[in-house]
Amino acid sequence: MDLTADYFSLFQLPRSFKIDMTELDARYRNVQAEVHPDRFAAASEAEKRLSMQWATQANEAYRTLKKPLERAKYLLHLAGHDVQADKNTAMPAEFLMEQMEWREAVADARAGGDHHELEQLLERLNTDLAAHYGELAALIDDVADWPKAAEAVRRLMFMERLLSEIEDALVALEE
Amino acid sequence: MALFQIAEPGESAAPHEHKLAVGIDLGTTNSLVATVRSGLAMVLADEHGRPLLPSIVRYLPDGTTEVGYAAERHQARDPHNTVVSVKRFMGRGLRDIAHIEAMPYDFVDTPGMLKLKTCAGVKSPVEISAEILKSLRLRAEAALGGELVGAVITVPAYFDDAQRQATKDAARLAGLNVLRLINEPTAAAVAYGLDNAAEGTYAVYDLGGGTFDISILRLTRGIFEVLATGGDSALGGDDFDHRVFCWTLEQARPQPLSPNDARLLMAKAREAKEYLTTHAEAPMTAQLSTGEVIDLKLDVDTFAGITQTLIAKTLQAVKKTLRDAGLKPEDIKGVVMVGGATRMPQVQQAVGELFGQQPLTNLDPDKVVALGAATQANLLAGNRASGDDWLLLDVIPLSLGLETMGGLAEKVIPRNATIPVARAQEFTTFKDGQTAMAIHVVQGERELVEHCRSLARFELRGIPPMVAGAARIRVTFQIDADGLLSVSAREQTTGVEANITVKPSYGLSDDEVTGMLKDSLAHAKDDAQRRALKEAQVEAQRLIEATSAALAQDAHLLSATEIAQIQAAIGKLQTTLLGDNRVQINRAMDELGRGTQEFAQRRMDQNINRALSGRTLEELDALGKMENRGEKS
Repeated sequence: MDLTADYFSLFQLPRSFKIDMTELDARYRNVQAEVHPDRFAAASEAEKRLSMQWATQANEAYRTLKKPLERAKYLLHLAGHDVQADKNTAMPAEFLMEQMEWREAVADARAGGDHHELEQLLERLNTDLAAHYGELAALIDDVADWPKAAEAVRRLMFMERLLSEIEDALVALEE
Repeated sequence: MALFQIAEPGESAAPHEHKLAVGIDLGTTNSLVATVRSGLAMVLADEHGRPLLPSIVRYLPDGTTEVGYAAERHQARDPHNTVVSVKRFMGRGLRDIAHIEAMPYDFVDTPGMLKLKTCAGVKSPVEISAEILKSLRLRAEAALGGELVGAVITVPAYFDDAQRQATKDAARLAGLNVLRLINEPTAAAVAYGLDNAAEGTYAVYDLGGGTFDISILRLTRGIFEVLATGGDSALGGDDFDHRVFCWTLEQARPQPLSPNDARLLMAKAREAKEYLTTHAEAPMTAQLSTGEVIDLKLDVDTFAGITQTLIAKTLQAVKKTLRDAGLKPEDIKGVVMVGGATRMPQVQQAVGELFGQQPLTNLDPDKVVALGAATQANLLAGNRASGDDWLLLDVIPLSLGLETMGGLAEKVIPRNATIPVARAQEFTTFKDGQTAMAIHVVQGERELVEHCRSLARFELRGIPPMVAGAARIRVTFQIDADGLLSVSAREQTTGVEANITVKPSYGLSDDEVTGMLKDSLAHAKDDAQRRALKEAQVEAQRLIEATSAALAQDAHLLSATEIAQIQAAIGKLQTTLLGDNRVQINRAMDELGRGTQEFAQRRMDQNINRALSGRTLEELDALGKMENRGEKS
């Protein structure tokens, strides 16, 4: 085990999109319990330095694997297919239209202070997201179709941004 | 003084020796020092049995100081030289401070952090705080009968990097070895969680004298994981006093106040606030130096009215932090109340309403932070008994970023990232042939740099001339377990390494700390050198102990030759310790350090493999066995 090992190996988890969250949580905690700087407060400088590097790595690995979108991007990166969202802006027209409609609906509900409508949009989007993540899981874990998976990730990036916009709008209304 | 004992190489000097370590709650209004004795966390009282030390420092013309109650007695008579609530000035410039007009000090606006002109000279908040810390260190050493190996110092969770750095510098200046800076709400959670064998998600609402924190923590089998933290590092009980003070002026309309009278009325305002905790009405009477007499009555409803917006501000922060954690009020199993200001009934009521449950107040809100810090200090110092096993995973409270074109702040590490954390970002040049790049490190959530706190500015020079956009400058942020940031920058494409590590501008360099130490020892020139030697000796002793303990535990990871080499290096260091040559000691320490690098690596590998082979932290039942009950008072 060294600091260049990939995040899945660090937690000794299979390299796949589907992940056992309970297992990930437990392994993260177990690793931190061994490597965290608090375990080396009375140790030599060399050990303190190593401990900080490992604890930093464990935090980064956990953060990456915990969130499905980050995990997918990381799997693509490991497979040599970086998402490169800034260089691949082309999206199917149909998807873009759909996104426009969503954004308009959110903007309208927000302007009209329609809390109920926002809640409904949020629910619909969450259902949509779940379906998209399901497809992404199949693309990565079952067929390993990286170009298609990369495109799915780019779409999900749009949708996740939309999700946080709706959440922000709901918060703004509450305040 | 027995600085060290000679032990056979490979054998820990005294494996079961109890290390003297303390937890210090450096508060805005009061400070405390606590320790763990015979498995019990307790606050150490002064020679009169008083547990609190008022965070007040008075400077006298002869250069001596009075700290605590002695200083408090003179605050109305000598407000100029008697500094209260110095914590509010830590890592702050003059323009950051609210209500400056009501303060009786001569401020000096120095770059980075303000200073105060006293009859004993110009003092920085770091030096003033160091006086408080020194007083607590002496109290602890007298009570425990020996030198401390280290201290855990608590800081508000919402303290930014400048405030944390200033606190650590103050501790070093006070002659304390800082084992760790930990967040006040996290310390409280440790005291509470271990005491109650708690599991689940908890909120810690910490309203102190000058700061407000809210932390959401998940407690799972001995792991205290902070999910999100928020607050306001300039909101606390002081502000409630100030509201009462303003109300008094409006009601009584006295002549413009002298500094002495202002201080007197502030003290009366605080008394009235405290009185209202248990009474429906508080008298406010005072005779001013002008001969004017103030005679008012403040009732609970009026008090609630004038302070309502302050409580509302804390509740806003609570809601935002819950959102950051992705939780709703009903997900919270318990709300722990910390800080003297949470004694106010209307605070408890407002918090209770928001969470739909009675807040937990079974631990003394003044002491719980110090007790938690002491418990953590005991663990970090290596006094871990079998079964004592827990770990704190904390976060940074505010995003860290860099200034980019147009005065925009680009986030590099988002708030609530678990520490330690490192993140790198690449930037490029925008002019042909550009050979230098200004790097401006900022902290805060706002989009514009001018609305964030400026932490450090430095320049990366020696970039080889290239066309605009061709250079790849990688800026790396590393935050350590104390929550302190260091930044480095490197140009990638040419292999030319221009590597620079900065400390944020508010931090004192080692030289500055040494300089201050020398100043404080003005009459004894040799003392500074003797002190440096002693520090080296203590450090060397610590290294020998650490290495010996590692050998005792994990010699199986080394070949016989390797063991012999390490033991030889230990022996050499021990020999240098017999003399008083600091350079030799440091050289021998470096040698031992280098000789154990590979060993450290192997030990770490072993730890990780052990972590993943299914052996977990000692579970709940072990925590239940812990004899940590805190101090009931």
